[in-house]
Amino acid sequence: MSRVHDIGGRFGDGPVLPEGQDAPVFAADWHARALAVTLACGSLGQWNIDTSRHARERLSPKDYTRFSYYEKWISALADLLVEKGVLTVADLTGVDAPEAKHPLADRCLRADQVQGVLASGGPADRTGGPASLFQPGQKVRTRHPGGNAMVAGGHTRLPAYATGAVGVIERLHGTHVLPDSAAHGLGEAPEPLYAVRFAASELWAQPEHPRDEVVLDLWQSYLSAEDT
Amino acid sequence: MPHDHSDHPHALLPPEPALRVKALETILRDKGLIDPAALEEIIDTYQNKIGPQNGARVVAKAWLDDDFRAALMQDATSVVRDLGFYGRQGEHMVVVENTPDQHNMVVCTLCSCYPWPLLGIPPGWYKSDAYRASAVREPRKVLAEFGVILPKGTAVRVWDSTAEVRYLVLPMRPQGTEGMDEDALAALVTRDSMIGTGLARQPEGGAS
Repeated sequence: MSRVHDIGGRFGDGPVLPEGQDAPVFAADWHARALAVTLACGSLGQWNIDTSRHARERLSPKDYTRFSYYEKWISALADLLVEKGVLTVADLTGVDAPEAKHPLADRCLRADQVQGVLASGGPADRTGGPASLFQPGQKVRTRHPGGNAMVAGGHTRLPAYATGAVGVIERLHGTHVLPDSAAHGLGEAPEPLYAVRFAASELWAQPEHPRDEVVLDLWQSYLSAEDT
Repeated sequence: MPHDHSDHPHALLPPEPALRVKALETILRDKGLIDPAALEEIIDTYQNKIGPQNGARVVAKAWLDDDFRAALMQDATSVVRDLGFYGRQGEHMVVVENTPDQHNMVVCTLCSCYPWPLLGIPPGWYKSDAYRASAVREPRKVLAEFGVILPKGTAVRVWDSTAEVRYLVLPMRPQGTEGMDEDALAALVTRDSMIGTGLARQPEGGAS
């Protein structure tokens, strides 16, 4: 079973409502604050991008569904800060008196560091790891059942709609950190990452067009060779 | 390990979202864990400095210069890095090119991955459940909601950004733009055309 965020292909969400190209970047001031606080907390170094994605996915289905985008961010951030011991429950309820210097205060992101941090990013490619098993043009089948193979209910990037499907390797991206491992503190476990293309008819009961395709980026351990 | 506790700590903060953000920000600031000036710098960067104008510059250059386009298709990350468009959420770039035979469209069904250094912060619709759910299954219906109807012979390829690779669509150059310079071309390149939910604008006075 996957989690509430895994919604690709779901019915019933209604039409997409496009906004003008000139709509403000942040629809409300607090959206901007939520983004900035979340990015700044990332610099404390207590988690990686996979951990923080998983924190949003672990919101209860009820919360995930009713929260807007940045509510998910800020709520998952609060959960993560407590889970990683950066803040305590008492801190959140405000009963704690101001204390001595926080042990992570030296890691606080300063204004003069922002441009450097945003510009350097966090590349996910790594050297080493297993050799690539598949070549462009080769047929592969995705794992079924899906889900994290190491941790029940854990983070994974194989969407439910694409499990057990046969596709074709489009390209090799290189060797990338495996989110299924990295999200849970189990190491980066880098693996070859591929773009894999699937005929829409392989994924959907009523594809819109016989030549339409969907491409997903999938790690080697999500795939097995499919005999032609 | 996953913790599926029902006592999520976020519930201890005020429920109203603006107050929830403010409360958490205040706690973190009082502990010296975030610097308000750094927050302003982050917000200013994404509000005013990084946005679709960056991607539009890349597209205009690709329309004008075949060698540039070939290099971009081969290794987008290093080409856009040379233009200064590298950074968070754009560490691994791939450019996919629209042709009369194939239209490309980008989504992230699992969250809202998006090429920040080239397009900025994603618009609300890109992050909506409706787009995340339907773009992979019925891209043509979604395109119609954006006013885009493709010719029958054009196949749609939807890219679901499930890893740290970020995709930028290279839209087709509109007819009637011969002789236009990079600035004039860049002005025709909309954000949506680089996500694949739109097409580049027609030049004024050109064929509609």
